Amino acid sequence: MSEYIIKNGKVYDPKTGIKGDVADVCIKDGKIADKVSSKAKVIDAKGKTVMAGAVDIHAHVAGPKVNEGRNYRPEDKLFTYKPTGKNTRMSGGFSIPTTFKTGYEYARMGYTTVMEAAMPPLYARHVHEEIKDTPIIDEGALPVFGNNWFVFEYLKNNEMDNVCAYIAWLLKTTKGYGIKIVNPGGSEAWGWGENCTTVDDPVPYFDITPAEIVKGLLTANEQLGLPHSIHIHSNNLGNPGNYETTLATLKIAEGVKAKNKFGREQVLHHTHVQFHSYGGDSWVNFESKAKEVAEYFNKNKNMTMDLGCVTLDETTTMTADGPFEHHLTSLNHLKWANVDVELETSSGIVPYVYDPNIKVCAIQWAIGLELGLYAKDPLRTFITTDHPNAGPFTRYPRVIKWLMSDKSRQEMLKGFKHSEKVIAATNLASLDRELSMFEIVQMTRAGPAKALGLENVFGGLAPGMDADVVVYNLNEDKIKNPEEIETAFSAADCVFKSGTMVVENREVISNGNKRTLWVDAKVPENKQVERDVQMKFLKFYSMTINNYEVSNHYVPNPYVIEVDSN
Amino acid sequence: MDIVKLTLTKVPDLYLEAENVTPDHFAGKTAQQIGELHVHLGNQTAKISDYFSVEGKGGETAADTKIVIAGPTDKVKYIGMKMTAGEIEVQGNTDMYTAAWMAGGKIHVKGNVDSFCAIGMTGGEFIVDGNAKNYLAASYRGDWRGMQGGKVTVKGNAGSDTATFMIGGTIDIGGNVDVHLGTHAEGGKIIIRGNAKGRVGGQMVKGDIFVLGQVERMMPSYILKGEEEVELDGKKQMFQVWIGDMGERHAKRKGEVIYGKIYVPTGAGETAAPAIHTEKRKKLTDKQIEHLKEAFKDQEPTVQQVRTYIYDTFDVDMKPMQVSRLIDGIKR
Repeated sequence: MSEYIIKNGKVYDPKTGIKGDVADVCIKDGKIADKVSSKAKVIDAKGKTVMAGAVDIHAHVAGPKVNEGRNYRPEDKLFTYKPTGKNTRMSGGFSIPTTFKTGYEYARMGYTTVMEAAMPPLYARHVHEEIKDTPIIDEGALPVFGNNWFVFEYLKNNEMDNVCAYIAWLLKTTKGYGIKIVNPGGSEAWGWGENCTTVDDPVPYFDITPAEIVKGLLTANEQLGLPHSIHIHSNNLGNPGNYETTLATLKIAEGVKAKNKFGREQVLHHTHVQFHSYGGDSWVNFESKAKEVAEYFNKNKNMTMDLGCVTLDETTTMTADGPFEHHLTSLNHLKWANVDVELETSSGIVPYVYDPNIKVCAIQWAIGLELGLYAKDPLRTFITTDHPNAGPFTRYPRVIKWLMSDKSRQEMLKGFKHSEKVIAATNLASLDRELSMFEIVQMTRAGPAKALGLENVFGGLAPGMDADVVVYNLNEDKIKNPEEIETAFSAADCVFKSGTMVVENREVISNGNKRTLWVDAKVPENKQVERDVQMKFLKFYSMTINNYEVSNHYVPNPYVIEVDSN
Repeated sequence: MDIVKLTLTKVPDLYLEAENVTPDHFAGKTAQQIGELHVHLGNQTAKISDYFSVEGKGGETAADTKIVIAGPTDKVKYIGMKMTAGEIEVQGNTDMYTAAWMAGGKIHVKGNVDSFCAIGMTGGEFIVDGNAKNYLAASYRGDWRGMQGGKVTVKGNAGSDTATFMIGGTIDIGGNVDVHLGTHAEGGKIIIRGNAKGRVGGQMVKGDIFVLGQVERMMPSYILKGEEEVELDGKKQMFQVWIGDMGERHAKRKGEVIYGKIYVPTGAGETAAPAIHTEKRKKLTDKQIEHLKEAFKDQEPTVQQVRTYIYDTFDVDMKPMQVSRLIDGIKR
């Protein structure tokens, strides 16, 4: 395998504590190395920024709902197609790009690992087929557990060992990475035309509350010692005044200590917090509660969050939160798709235009950034847009620009049609904090890698780690215009993925050696769960258990993380 | 105003995609430079000069540029796509997507146009002397933003799905339209001077549709609100006003619920009804059936092929079921 040495770049790496010092980075046999031989290819990074490949902890990039979005939004692809290139296949789409565009665009921005945020177990095969078709980036997928009948029944009967055995079985069967919880109980209640908007609303028939579901899955996660914590999208997303529900959900994890061998310190990851930090009791007095939520996170060190920044684009919302999507279509009257996934979850899709001329959209935009600026620990706060819900992932460079430049934020705030109302309902105008390059690296590399239990593999430049390295044509000390930040982060000068150069001069030159991450948790044999699974498949599922498992050929290049939970 | 004259010298084997034929692209260019612009043909790319002779030159800006297109342009698509200013005159027929996403200026087609013309139009004027096919001034597939502004005038007939998802602007059709007129409309004004075949204004929440001939069958979700004197073409006329679509949500403005409205001239119904009825019952003569037998000898044509053939050759619009029976009859 080839050797490279990236010389004289300004290196940022929280893992080894380098904060913008000029240093060389060596790559050998797909790993970061101390030194390389004289045969190594030299890359001159003088005056440029060097950092590890970024890790996206939460994006909807593969699976049936993404594909349904592509299917029913042909207009999203209009005039976006890029023909086949020398090393790339035809790609297109904006908010729901084709698998190829997903891979290429992530790689060009310097992202090398992406976590698909909601995998319905029943459609896990589809998720893995799309992951397999997405070039370059390493991907994993989080199966959804928060509305699962098995989980409800075991938790109701307080059978924690069975919950653990079921989780381990499902992760193995669907080649999943961790425990995702979407609107706990609410998506199941949607089957009865209801919803759970607080943590104490019982789920019809099962008579279990969201709080019990979250508490139970959190306990199981730590009992199993999985690399990632529970990954939660709490109840009452997107409604004015929902920050109280958010804080009530977070309280469940207060004081619980993480138990695992992967260096993960948090026990709960709350995703797209922007959608969960709303005050007011209607859209008229809708306001930001980002400060309250961020301060809670600052105090509680066993929790992490990602932002879910609104980027003010026309996009496609898609979530396993079925009732929310129905609520959304009745607000914007655009087309709506809804799916019930048997015993496991549900989902919905609605296009959405975040219009800067609409007050609520502009406030949402401000809340996402406020969270990033109020958060004191960038290692526990990650940049996302909940792609494609608050905006497409291709807008990450723009979000980084806003976080790094007060000037660009103030310009936006002044430009809104309802500028005064937006400023009154938020705190962004008074926040002049500008994140440093090092903090951005913590939020996009070291932080998410650590939260996923991958701190020794991804997101850093310590010898022995995977050689995911990015060189951006940007010098933190010489930024004159905030636009330079967006331009530089939009396409890297060069990107290495596991030691292979995949992007050179801002263009994709190789399809890399993409891997699928999944977690194999070993638990004691559990006859009860085996029998329950058999019974449920005979009784309720529309397919046989033999057609359910994601067999190995769906995952041709796996990266298996083994956990001994015996 | 400078004039560029394009004359089609070679009829393409496939359909020619000529999205570069707009005043915006031609402005400031010489005949030579215009000839170098690309056209697509299937998966091949060619130059405008491979298919057209180019005379004259573009004006300084798009607004100073007029394009005159001559020759058998029946298989040329996308003429005037996204144009913002200037003028295009087509002496013959054009294919699909003529004037698509047009934002300004004027396009005048002296012959017929195919489907999807003027879709997503936001401004300007589009005039067709002949007929237009389906999806005239509709939205792109999947999109909820159809025609938003400007004016479309078709002197002949228009096909089905005209003005789907219309939001604004005006459409004026001299002849008849096929089914699904103004589906999902949320604004704009449509005038049909002939008859409308049915399913008019389905799921419409706002907007005005005038049918000066007759609506073959009014949707059951429309309610006859009464008679009203409305000014059209500068003179006042009495119209029956139908409001709907009652199956849809409707916004309120100043305490009043806004509905989509269909205007039909008072008393027009009785006179127009039998005309459509006889047209529907059209049959082929024995001579025409003999002709058909000859045309499809030793072939297994599909219903659609035969139906299209009948439509093009005898100008008879038969239902698929009728055509299917006809084919069975011929086989026997």
